Amino acid sequence: MKNLGAILKDSAAVAGAALLLFGPFLGLRLGDNEAGSLTLSPRPGLLAAAVALTFAARLLMLLWYQHRPPRIIPVKLSAGTAQAGKYIAPALLIAAVAMPLLPGIENSYIDLGVLIMTYVMLGWGLNIVVGLAGLLDLGYVAFYAVGAYSFALLSENFGLGFWECLPISGLLAALWGMCLGFPVLRLRGDYLAIVTLAFGEIVRLVITNWVALTGGPNGITDIPHPSLFGLSFSMAGGPGTFAGFFHLTPDPKQRTTYLYYIILALALLTNWVTLRLRKQPLGRAWEALREDEIACRSLGINLRNTKLTAFAVGAMFAGFAGCFFATRQAFISPDSFTFIESATVLAIVVLGGAGSQLGVVLAACVMIGVPELLQSLQIYRMLIFGLALVVIMVVRPRGFIATRQPTVSLGKAKLIGAAMLSEGRG
Amino acid sequence: MTDTLLSVSELTMRFGGLTAVNGLSFAAQRGNITAVIGPNGAGKTTVFNCITGFYKPTSGSITIAHAPGHALRLDKMSGHAIAKKGRVARTFQNIRLFNGMSVLENLLVAQHNRLQAATGFGVLGVLGLGGYRAAERAAIERAKYWLEATHLLERADDAAGSLPYGAQRRLEIARAMCTDPVLLCLDEPAAGLNPRESAALNELLLNIRAQGCSLLLIEHDMGVVMKISDHVVVLDHGKKIADGTGVEIRNDPAVISAYLGEGDEDDADSPVGAELEAGS
Repeated sequence: MKNLGAILKDSAAVAGAALLLFGPFLGLRLGDNEAGSLTLSPRPGLLAAAVALTFAARLLMLLWYQHRPPRIIPVKLSAGTAQAGKYIAPALLIAAVAMPLLPGIENSYIDLGVLIMTYVMLGWGLNIVVGLAGLLDLGYVAFYAVGAYSFALLSENFGLGFWECLPISGLLAALWGMCLGFPVLRLRGDYLAIVTLAFGEIVRLVITNWVALTGGPNGITDIPHPSLFGLSFSMAGGPGTFAGFFHLTPDPKQRTTYLYYIILALALLTNWVTLRLRKQPLGRAWEALREDEIACRSLGINLRNTKLTAFAVGAMFAGFAGCFFATRQAFISPDSFTFIESATVLAIVVLGGAGSQLGVVLAACVMIGVPELLQSLQIYRMLIFGLALVVIMVVRPRGFIATRQPTVSLGKAKLIGAAMLSEGRG
Repeated sequence: MTDTLLSVSELTMRFGGLTAVNGLSFAAQRGNITAVIGPNGAGKTTVFNCITGFYKPTSGSITIAHAPGHALRLDKMSGHAIAKKGRVARTFQNIRLFNGMSVLENLLVAQHNRLQAATGFGVLGVLGLGGYRAAERAAIERAKYWLEATHLLERADDAAGSLPYGAQRRLEIARAMCTDPVLLCLDEPAAGLNPRESAALNELLLNIRAQGCSLLLIEHDMGVVMKISDHVVVLDHGKKIADGTGVEIRNDPAVISAYLGEGDEDDADSPVGAELEAGS
């Protein structure tokens, strides 16, 4: 074997990295003695085993790479997935509508459904900005916060209910989307990402520190739950409540189910608007912007308006989702709007395959559903979760669904492979 | 009689200490094919970028007259307005297509402004109201017309990035024509084409001229320049050194010396001299 030396060297380097990583985690053990003070005991055997295992695994992997037949990039496979999407999407929709009505389903599962659906909606909203227009936005949570605080403050100060505040929240978030859009019009790539990241943090810090208005870190409590044509979902069950009106036993499941259908409807609205816009000049201009900004300008497309509408429309849906979040939790504080939320939503979009609506749904199920369902595995769940993400990115580097369906065709539409698509540098 | 469409006067473009274009003046007549030629680094593409708004000229003015006596200052407009209101379309030296979109989609993006107005700026379109459907049908018909003219009709549903090089060049021209321009600026349209493709390009450009659209082209391929252009402007070091018909240019000593270097006027057998002769 001619490059056995190189393989051994590579394996040794990987083993060295493993030594550095595992050193503090496996090599040292924190315990306590009878006196109750902390002790630190080394575990060289375990560490050596872990490093040796890493070395062997890397060596075997490289040897296997040398012998396996050359791999063909599975373009067919992803085309197949997108074709299957024709059937998966309606099936998922039926499952989503029917889920809370299944007899004997536990309240906690409906609640998880609400959570996943919230992230699906956020993912669809961000997909407009990142997936279609190719503008990398790391501060998306800011608009979610604007939506949530709009509703919380309007209900606290003016006694408005959820349904009146929903459109207002969306409009205010869209307005803030434009406020973010203006200063970043000329920025691209990394610079755009940094400024949007900072914008997200600014919004959170303002909320935290403007105690007189927002209650600061204590947040806002007693945000009203939504009502159904004036019927509340109070557990008291008297007249004027949902349970009382329909002569049912009050059950928390009724409220969760109602919330579930609200967020399902909001998410489907997001999806519908996005799919409609994609087939129209505005959506095509967004995608063209992602593909080549300079060519867009030479065709007379107003880049400023196109970018601002992408920011505004994306932010509007985050505002709707934020309003829903506030009414669902009945309590919001700045802790709910940290950078990790932006990162999670962005991960959903990237994992799903930028621009793909179905991909976002699958990715949201993986990103939100899997950690929740693995609760019983306790400390290992994040390990498994992280590993799963790495595996997905190795197997499908452009996300679950990386092909693009043209929005218009003369004959039979042909899918466009990921190799052709630009990720956008805006 | 002269009917000036585009007039460039005293155009200067400096990048820091470098003067790329220096006091250039020329005019392009309506219905003509005007070629801008010159050695590498003469400032041809800079002139193009000034005309199409990608650079703001340091000084000088560029005007376009959609109708005689009805002039618009292009140098005062923003980049997209030059394409939209100035009705100047362009192609790029290194092709810039929307690779991830289909050929037909590329041509519909080019008709964005007309279509966008038909959707009531997005809102009515989402609700399915207004005359968008009819506008889109018309846009597809226009796209089909230019696909036919560029022999790309059977590739309409393929990704633009998957087309061969020559077809991508033609698609870029078709896309520019879909914006309904009065002046089409082509930056080296024949670069990288084989002789047969080059001949087909000549035909396409003459066809575009016949439909009333004037052309301005930068070209190195003298076969294209001499065969189809009505008027040639020669640049060297950012200045105009000659201006006239192909025959006049070919015999101009300043042009020959710019291409061959000073003092080599008698060296007509050199490759560049032959190139200048090629179009005769």
